[in-house]
Amino acid sequence: MRSIVTYTGSAFRPLHREGEKRGIRMSGDKSPMPAKKVLEVYFLENRARLLEIASFLDRIDRTKDPETGKADFRYRALMRGLRILLESEGNRTKALQINFSDLSREPRQSAAGLKRAYGAWEGPFGENH
Amino acid sequence: MAHGRDPSVKIIEPHIHMVSRTTDDYQALAISGIHTVTEPAFWAGFDRGTAEGFRDYFNQLTVCEPARAAKFGIKHYCWICLNPKEAEDLNLAEEVLEIIPDYLDRPTVVGVGEIGLNKNSRNEMKVLEKHVAIAAERNELILVHTPHLEDKLKGTLLIMDAILSEKRINPSRVIIDHGEEHTIGEIKDKGFWVGLTLYPNSKCSPARAVDIIETYGSDCIWMNSAADWDISDPLATLKAANEMRMRGHSEALIRKIFYDNPKAFLSQSPKFEAS
Repeated sequence: MRSIVTYTGSAFRPLHREGEKRGIRMSGDKSPMPAKKVLEVYFLENRARLLEIASFLDRIDRTKDPETGKADFRYRALMRGLRILLESEGNRTKALQINFSDLSREPRQSAAGLKRAYGAWEGPFGENH
Repeated sequence: MAHGRDPSVKIIEPHIHMVSRTTDDYQALAISGIHTVTEPAFWAGFDRGTAEGFRDYFNQLTVCEPARAAKFGIKHYCWICLNPKEAEDLNLAEEVLEIIPDYLDRPTVVGVGEIGLNKNSRNEMKVLEKHVAIAAERNELILVHTPHLEDKLKGTLLIMDAILSEKRINPSRVIIDHGEEHTIGEIKDKGFWVGLTLYPNSKCSPARAVDIIETYGSDCIWMNSAADWDISDPLATLKAANEMRMRGHSEALIRKIFYDNPKAFLSQSPKFEAS
């Protein structure tokens, strides 16, 4: 799994230091809602989202060619994302966003014929999708 | 307030594409307490073939939409530019850049936007730099579109570098829109304003947008719907305001995010006056 704290450049600095730099404590300190209330309000919708992910993965397993799906850069990015959810302590959303991001720094040679984004980065050799 | 309709809430919608919305949506905005909108120039869903096509679009933005909005008591302002999705054809881009200053002079145009990058290409960068030069020359406000999804982080960094290399531009007169969790810290650190866009799947939900306010604070930040021709919600700002209220945030903070902040940024243009 790609580490979320090893990128160079200011955008990729260790996540826990970002709040310190701005004097912001990053772990929900400014939420006025107590934790129990957060669970009451948001648990069911997030339980449903988890079931949707499970069902999506099962759907790929039921295809004629599940290995093709599992080799796709989007599937692999999603699996990395699930591990990030389990292993991160705070700032999970930012870590996930970085997981899905193009981490190269040079402009693309051409965008001719390209309009859409895919939601995950194929890597430095995937510029032409 | 499941649908967020509360006429007591005063909201400025600073980024919405009304040319793509029905007149019903103007009515919904008005009865929901949204009486000021700004509309950046953007991509129509297809590439326009000629500079004359852009003239027609800029006339629609500066003549037709203000009149359509006025029927509902809504003030309509706009931003003018060539959208980055149409920047790959440099010859056409040059022709469009030539006519842009004519439209920037019009009374409801508050700045240059939404400029930026889409797929982070070299041609997109060239056109971005030309737009920034026009804005610097004329001391215009800038509204920046940052790329979607996997392209956002890289594109946001490239855009900020390009703007900061133009020393005549003050970052406090630039809003970097479509900010998300992985770009907001950097945007704020560099002194820019940041926009949060409430848009299904590809940008922020109301809940995540409020999480961002709780994490990064409420200064120099606004929220918008960016509602356009795709599945999107012109009343998304009200739903985010309602999310804040449900969590126990104060009415003063809600007003700051949805009215005072956009008013403060946009009032840097002498043409802008909020309802």
